[in-house]
Amino acid sequence: MGLELYLDLLSQPCRAVYIFAKKNGIPFELRPVELLKGQHHSDAFAQVNPLKKVPALKDGDFTLAESVAILLYLSRKYEVPDHWYPQDLQARARVDEYLAWQHTALRSSCTRAMWQKMMFPVFLGEQVPPETLASTLAELDRCLQLLEDKFLKDQDFVAGPHISVADLVAITELMHPVSAGCQVFKSRPKLAAWRQRVEAEVGKDLFQEAHAAVMKVKDLPPADPAIKEKLKPSVQGLLQ
Amino acid sequence: MGLELYLDLLSQPCRAVYIFAKKNGIPFELRPVELLKGMMFPVFLGEQVPPETLASTLAELDRCLQLLEDKFLKDQDFVAGPHISVADLVAITELMHPVSAGCQVFKSRPKLAAWRQRVEAEVGKDLFQEAHAAVMKVKDLPPADPAIKEKLKPSVQGLLQ
Repeated sequence: MGLELYLDLLSQPCRAVYIFAKKNGIPFELRPVELLKGQHHSDAFAQVNPLKKVPALKDGDFTLAESVAILLYLSRKYEVPDHWYPQDLQARARVDEYLAWQHTALRSSCTRAMWQKMMFPVFLGEQVPPETLASTLAELDRCLQLLEDKFLKDQDFVAGPHISVADLVAITELMHPVSAGCQVFKSRPKLAAWRQRVEAEVGKDLFQEAHAAVMKVKDLPPADPAIKEKLKPSVQGLLQ
Repeated sequence: MGLELYLDLLSQPCRAVYIFAKKNGIPFELRPVELLKGMMFPVFLGEQVPPETLASTLAELDRCLQLLEDKFLKDQDFVAGPHISVADLVAITELMHPVSAGCQVFKSRPKLAAWRQRVEAEVGKDLFQEAHAAVMKVKDLPPADPAIKEKLKPSVQGLLQ
């Protein structure tokens, strides 16, 4: 059995891994894990990732969790073009810096923004207090400002002049609140221009393919009660 | 100007970087940055934390410690395999944070306690204690004066969940 990638394209880090693997022609078996059906909690999947999260990778007997670790593993194993994770000491450090920062910053606020604006009210039928949503969107705004000022600056891409795994991680995060109707790029021409560059580098078709599922989430019917019961405990933390 | 590291040893990630650089004899200028971040809301900031908030946080910590043991450490000597790595420095400095506040992180977890001993031995007891001296004394800090409280409160409010 070759490389297997356990993904749900509703998840931002899954999209980053998917785009990276496809763009680089890395051969893999796609193993879909449907989060909204609670499939990540199955015993079978726990064998692949005891942390019960996607994305997860299985390469023969070797299993790996965490999207950043997966992206770096793939970039090393398949010897992708240097710009994705450059050899140069300081160029690589810039990518590492972004990858480390984004977990508790942009990723956190993009996930909460998307869930509070859309998933809770539309899918789970749960009202989110307006002040909670406002506070989350303010936090998202703060992170976007840091993305522009500290990371992107006057560069074409997040970690320098060339696209890297940092851009894939960043763009897939930003598309999350976009899928919920947040106008992330509207008042931020610098980010909008960067988005165009990333889409062009990745390829419009692949970019749209990776985002098809999440862009349709707003049209999902409300979850049935059994699903709600299953999902609610694990998503309660996103209500802050 | 050579390598400069801007650190406050009250911060867990700063301790990991400090231990790594010192252990490996990496020459650097230490640039101290004083965060004045209180470890405990009740002690330093004089703010009561609802018991259910603390209970929920400690339960989450417990869950993470279980994952650390079961998914990462497993039967290995160190977090990422048979040898100490940067992962162990990052992990041990994190665990020393709740320890500094009086959480008995290692008490009922012999596997983690054994791993801690191995990490301290590899790092060297002196360096380990030197890196943790500041945070272990935080519980003895006098309460923050009102000016400091005003300055700190906004940025640490998010930690009250």
